[in-house]
Amino acid sequence: MREYDVAVIGAGVTGSAIARQLSRWKMKVALIDGAEDVAMGASRANSAIVHAGYDCPPGSLEAELNVKGNALYTRWCAELDVPLQRTGTLVAAFDEEEAENVRALYERGLKNGVPEMKILSGEEARALEPMLAENCVCALLAGTGGITCPYEMTIACAENARKNGVDWLLGRKVSAIRGTEAGFVVTAGYEDIIARRVVNAAGLFSDDVARMIGDDSFTVRPRKGEYLLMDRSAKAPKYVIFQTPSRLGKGILVSPTVDGNSFVGPTAVDQTDKTDTSVSQEGIDQLRRMAKKSAPEMDFRNVITSFAGLRAQPSTGDFIIRPSEADGRMIHAAGICSPGLTSAPAVAELVEKLLMESGLTLTEDPAYDPHRSHIRRFRDMTREQKEAAIAENPLYARVICRCETITEAEIVEAVSRGARTLDGVKRRTRAGMGRCQGGFCSPRVMEIISRETGIPMEKLTKFGAGSYLVAEKTRSGEV
Amino acid sequence: MEYRYDIVIIGGGPAGLAAALSARETAPEAKILMLERDKKLGGILQQCIHNGFGLHYFGQELTGPEYAQRFIDQLEAAKIEVWTDTMVLDFSSEKVVDCVCAARGYVQVQAGAIVLAMGCRERTRGALSIPGTRPAGIYTAGCAQRLNNIEGYLPGKKVVILGSGDIGLIMARRMTWEGAQVKLVAEIMPYSSGLNRNIVQCLVDNDIPLKFNHTVTAVHGQERVTGVTVSEVDPATRRPIAGTEEFYECDTLLLSVGLIPENELTRGAGVEMDRITNGAVVDQFRQTSMEGVFACGNVLHVHDLVDNVSNESAIAGAAAARYAMGQKAAGQVYAVKAENGVRYALPQRIVAGDAGKLDVYFRVDAAYRNPSVQVLCGDKVLYSRKKQIMTPGEMEKMTLDQGLITGDITVRLDK
Repeated sequence: MREYDVAVIGAGVTGSAIARQLSRWKMKVALIDGAEDVAMGASRANSAIVHAGYDCPPGSLEAELNVKGNALYTRWCAELDVPLQRTGTLVAAFDEEEAENVRALYERGLKNGVPEMKILSGEEARALEPMLAENCVCALLAGTGGITCPYEMTIACAENARKNGVDWLLGRKVSAIRGTEAGFVVTAGYEDIIARRVVNAAGLFSDDVARMIGDDSFTVRPRKGEYLLMDRSAKAPKYVIFQTPSRLGKGILVSPTVDGNSFVGPTAVDQTDKTDTSVSQEGIDQLRRMAKKSAPEMDFRNVITSFAGLRAQPSTGDFIIRPSEADGRMIHAAGICSPGLTSAPAVAELVEKLLMESGLTLTEDPAYDPHRSHIRRFRDMTREQKEAAIAENPLYARVICRCETITEAEIVEAVSRGARTLDGVKRRTRAGMGRCQGGFCSPRVMEIISRETGIPMEKLTKFGAGSYLVAEKTRSGEV
Repeated sequence: MEYRYDIVIIGGGPAGLAAALSARETAPEAKILMLERDKKLGGILQQCIHNGFGLHYFGQELTGPEYAQRFIDQLEAAKIEVWTDTMVLDFSSEKVVDCVCAARGYVQVQAGAIVLAMGCRERTRGALSIPGTRPAGIYTAGCAQRLNNIEGYLPGKKVVILGSGDIGLIMARRMTWEGAQVKLVAEIMPYSSGLNRNIVQCLVDNDIPLKFNHTVTAVHGQERVTGVTVSEVDPATRRPIAGTEEFYECDTLLLSVGLIPENELTRGAGVEMDRITNGAVVDQFRQTSMEGVFACGNVLHVHDLVDNVSNESAIAGAAAARYAMGQKAAGQVYAVKAENGVRYALPQRIVAGDAGKLDVYFRVDAAYRNPSVQVLCGDKVLYSRKKQIMTPGEMEKMTLDQGLITGDITVRLDK
């Protein structure tokens, strides 16, 4: 049996950030997930916002970690080559009652220690953000709020962790955890491993993981959020525009993305099924209707895709980050709903502290390298850089995804960094994210993955498990 | 600049091939270069292994690859230089073409004239706002065609097709022949956007049902598609009618909801575009608003028949050759307008001065019975003809006497 000091269960942004934080110490860490890639749960489909931190209840762990996490994003994104745009976020009010909410948020923000906040008049807000509806009466501007790319952040953390010695155990659903003298025996897919400590960062499934050691102190319920993504040619707002929060969440927001698209979302629908990420007609209709309230110019003819993600809502009403009461050698990082993306670096630091307090002795690893680079994007290179890149690797001269100008070199690099699926390549390179949505490049990307990994075409998947791409060879087969 | 050519043709599909050969005929001494992003010439024709091509152009029924090969075979003798595996990144109004080429690296080419022949791509619009899950097994018809006909893999075994575009119809037949079961073609409109002959030969002959006024209203399946819900729509609003939902068990959903010219390069260069065709605005020589830049084939407007692409591209190729040799068309420019049931007419501009015949292509905006097509120039009627039936799926052509055109003309239907 392989032995680890720490097994992190869950390779979403929380688990991956924790794995990265732990990789600076001399110890053996495993990052485990049931899915075949990192960022396959809530980290794949969310609002991509780096929240300022004014809307969490003062005194909550959420509030503390949000504000800390927000500040840490600058360094983390710089080290990990992850896009971060501090666009500023606006919470817009459209009547007196909402204006009251905006003022309350401002007060709350002050209590939470949020810097760079300001209440703007309707005119001031519209001067900053011309897409804002004319009847905006006032808005809260938070200068530290911004946008990032959630799956890129997750991939970057996981890649950096791996570079610093963390093992990825992907496609290995954890089915049992047994406490022993030395720690735990974790059944991860086909393999039992030994781990002195377990970090439970299993998102929606973190209550199930807790129950494996007899801890039923909390439950996690899925809350669905649906989104509509607009093409880059559509007019995009400059700021993230929130509506005033309601009981069900932060309202529907209209936001730019770091890739130059824009989106509206999320809806907030509580459900019981932890796997159902279907989009509903009601959800789509609701988004279109409600987004018009903040940004009437939003043109829904430019929608290029709709999708849904599930947020992990904890029964306790706050992040659950503490040792398990059933066995203190399991540290929960559970029930991480919004603002989980923003908080991830701060959650990682807190979990690291709790592991130390649990008696784990940590020695710094002098070989630790906090840096990781994104796959070099041919599209963004200057002419001279393009020439040099092609001279070094002729695969840069072979454009596979014509909509996004993604070359074979980038796709081969994505596979070498761990992508095994069509979506895995897409998230790492943008191949297939453009206007044709993979219509032209999918067969060629499949061919490259198959060639590089030896996985036969019939076994290739879109995103793992049973998401097979083709049924069988046609009769003749050879061409 | 290291590379200089009189004529550079962007795209080696049917449009580029016909343009290149025609340019050679017009200018026997010109230096002509063809740039193709794929490994082989022929474009999408290479995956169209069914027959039905060439009836008009060659008077013979050919498969797609055979049709392409007829042109490709002539290229060498015509001394046309071809760079495959070459992607054009942009071009400028000075006619400098930037490209990356597997064999040559990053290259800039100075052209005397440019012919745009990049073709089109499939719309994915149908998939976008369909409620339900996002599993594997949803393909555009053309992507499924490439997987099946080029890569040699059957995309799925039980299929529903959304949209009745020609590629979808062709794939309904192909996948049936490959052993898949095609359960339904659902078309949201009350008519097909495909050719009537394809509906008969692909669907009727293979007992595949086609339902008009129907669309897919939900996709099911977490990993691979397990089924779709199909609903009837109100023809007036195209919104689904509650209570008409029907579940179809399937592992594959093909989308055949239309084609769109691929003009990112054209837009990037600042060429004037037509909002209806999604292609460049051109005159009868297929010259765009940018002097010396010509466009033809599906990058200009979506055709139903490759034969028409070849004809159009021969015009563009010859005109590009004349331009490169210093013969520039000049004269009064008249506009061609489309109205009252005519969705668009092409060319959108006519340069006066020529006395010959002029072909004008157009499409109607809905299905019409017994309409009359009219072309007006001021109060003169230049053309008038009755038709039995006209649908948006069939591109129409008429021939005008250019000598009679003395001002802007209007193409319209008398419904």
